[in-house]
Amino acid sequence: MLVARNLYKAYGPLQAVGGVSLDAGVGQVIGLLGPNGAGKTTTIGMLAGLVTPDQGEVRIAGKPFGGDTSETKCLLGLVPQELALFDELPAGANLDLFGALYGLNGKRLAMERERVFALVGLADRAKDKVDTFSGGMKRRLNLAAALMHDPQVLLLDEPTVGVAPQSRNAIFDNLEALKAAGKTLLYTTHYMEEAARLCDRIAIMDHGKVIAEDTVSGLLRLAPVESFVVIDLAGAFGRMAELQELDGVMEVSVSGAALRVGVRGMEMVGPLLTWLAANGAVVEHVRTERPTLETVFLHLTGRTLRDA
Amino acid sequence: MTAFIALVRKDLRIFFGDRRAVIMAFAAPILIGSFFGYVFGPKPAQEQSRVRVLVVDEDRSEVTRGLLANEATVEAVEAGLAETRDAVRKGKAPVAVVVPKGFGEAAGQALFGAGVKPQIGVLFDPSHAVEASMVKGLLTGQMMQAVTRVGFKPEAARRAMDGASLLPGDKAALGRLLDSVEAFQARPGGSGGGGLSVPFAMADEAVTAGSGVAYNAYAHSFGGMAIQFMLFMGIDVGIGMLLLRQRGLWRRFRAAPLSKSVLLGSRAVSAMVMGMLILGVVFGFAYLVFDVRISGSLLGFLGVCAAFSLMTAAYGMLIAAIGKTPEAARGVAILGTLLMVMLSGAWVPSFLFPRWMQAVTMAVPARWAMDGLDAMTWRGLGVGEAVSPILVLLGSAVVFGGVAVWRFRWEGE
Ligand SMILES: Nc1ncnc2c1ncn2[C@@H]1O[C@H](COP(=O)(O)OP(=O)(O)OP(=O)(O)O)[C@@H](O)[C@H]1O
Ligand SMILES: [Mg+2]
Repeated sequence: MLVARNLYKAYGPLQAVGGVSLDAGVGQVIGLLGPNGAGKTTTIGMLAGLVTPDQGEVRIAGKPFGGDTSETKCLLGLVPQELALFDELPAGANLDLFGALYGLNGKRLAMERERVFALVGLADRAKDKVDTFSGGMKRRLNLAAALMHDPQVLLLDEPTVGVAPQSRNAIFDNLEALKAAGKTLLYTTHYMEEAARLCDRIAIMDHGKVIAEDTVSGLLRLAPVESFVVIDLAGAFGRMAELQELDGVMEVSVSGAALRVGVRGMEMVGPLLTWLAANGAVVEHVRTERPTLETVFLHLTGRTLRDA
Repeated sequence: MTAFIALVRKDLRIFFGDRRAVIMAFAAPILIGSFFGYVFGPKPAQEQSRVRVLVVDEDRSEVTRGLLANEATVEAVEAGLAETRDAVRKGKAPVAVVVPKGFGEAAGQALFGAGVKPQIGVLFDPSHAVEASMVKGLLTGQMMQAVTRVGFKPEAARRAMDGASLLPGDKAALGRLLDSVEAFQARPGGSGGGGLSVPFAMADEAVTAGSGVAYNAYAHSFGGMAIQFMLFMGIDVGIGMLLLRQRGLWRRFRAAPLSKSVLLGSRAVSAMVMGMLILGVVFGFAYLVFDVRISGSLLGFLGVCAAFSLMTAAYGMLIAAIGKTPEAARGVAILGTLLMVMLSGAWVPSFLFPRWMQAVTMAVPARWAMDGLDAMTWRGLGVGEAVSPILVLLGSAVVFGGVAVWRFRWEGE
């Protein structure tokens, strides 16, 4: 449905995007996960026909873009990272405007407006000006504006940025409904929990390149550890160096009175606790955590997603 | 077409939803236009304030009695020499007249070429030079009459003649003249001691739309202010476009299947509609309240309005195309617009400019708009006189718009 081949885009000496390829089928949700400046928005810009790639091509449902007025654009909906709304106008007028940009008018326009308002749950605020909306409501309206012409493919550029968890959940419900309706979604974010929840496949981007692309479980297999054992200790523990050297222990970190030990396999947990007890540690509490996409990113780049 | 209309409607809706913009566009030109029209226009007689003139009469002769009294335009107030100079300096009186001792006598002699011409002192506030000239004109007329009236009284004249050193032949000739004057004045029903008065009166007429049609200063001031605030509206259009770009709305628009010409064209059309509305409301007000009439061609008037509206729209586009950020564009655009308005003659009519400046201002499109509006309103000229302004305005619109389309960048730096 949405295919990108080998996209390149440079701004002066800066290679914002350097060879990105993506392929999203009907009803698929692809996540684009990467830190600030990774090139996500630039990639979306090329996919939406706003930014001309230096190299590479984009096809929507098999068709390339053919200029500003290309019909292909009607297959696409764009939810931009920056809110693209007229604060001075009521929510309904905003939706009507964006519908009209795709040629909708009359009854059809009114129908689509009602449908979209119902989907994002803002029908009761249709007549209110956008500048009276909360941040989360504006985000939902920003999403609604992209849905007016009922596009097959939806490009979402950080649609939940700056939104409180409750509103974020509402947006997720909307996106899941769209996915269930067979839409193709491309979703950029730097929140890995979001990506993991919604996406069939995730491409991890850094410095303009896709450094890994797979299903969530596929990506997690790239993590060097199978589990983290988080151990709360009573009192200090001095034999860190020896712990690090234990067979099967991949990494150790300390936060406060807790040890966080990455182990290669779950079978290591028993021997680890036995070893700790034998070496004078008083264990108060133990729990295990799965590795996350964050772990994978850290492993691949040596940096964390948030403050990369 | 659906998209085009929706974009125009959006612009108009936002404009009319913004109270500040509406006040700027409609109320401000009406207010300022009323002010300029009132200040520059002719006023009804009773409203014209009489010029206060301090009169210091140290002569107190027959010649100076009643000096400047009974004049419609002047209020003469007797004053002493000491306080007069001070009063003028402090702006308490615009003009003072000082008649020295012995003036009447000396003037009588000077009438026959004898002795030194006596002087009347005129003190005036430099900011009231016009009033001073008027007072000097009145004084000349009055004094001519008073001096000749007294001077030609035979006994006074003979005295003056004796005092003057005249050749015996001249003296005899003057004596015969005085005898005749005496006989002329003494005849039954004669005009008595009337003296010489200025033997003509002036009939001035401001040349306007037709004889008997009074010049309506409001026509010019309302036209000028409509032009000024339409150009300001043009700035708002340009800045608004830069703000849209900054807020990423252009980017969002361009995700839709729209051409550049629809996006820019819709903005130009909405700006033009707003411009026509401003002109309509401002001149409508002037029509109802100040009797401003389109004394010339209505077609020409509408043509100038439409062409100037289009020019304003293109001007806004140009600002958007050249401006890097809204903040940077605003300062430059306001300065440029004020210059353009000033040079157009919207504040001060362009015929008051020095000749070279008048020539230079022909390069300012707003000057043509001003001249075109003047021609179609109070000058009452035919549609032919609107043709060059319309063509120049349309040409400017094409140039501005062309540069705008060429230079406009969808993405900011
Ligand atoms: N119009 C532009 N001109 C110059 N440089 C640009 C432009 N747009 C993006 N860049 C640069 O390209 C790089 C990628 O930017 P992009 O916006 O695609 O990142 P992103 O992954 O979307 O980041 P974020 O998570 O902060 O939105 C950045 O270094 C950015 O500074
Ligand atoms: Mg981005």
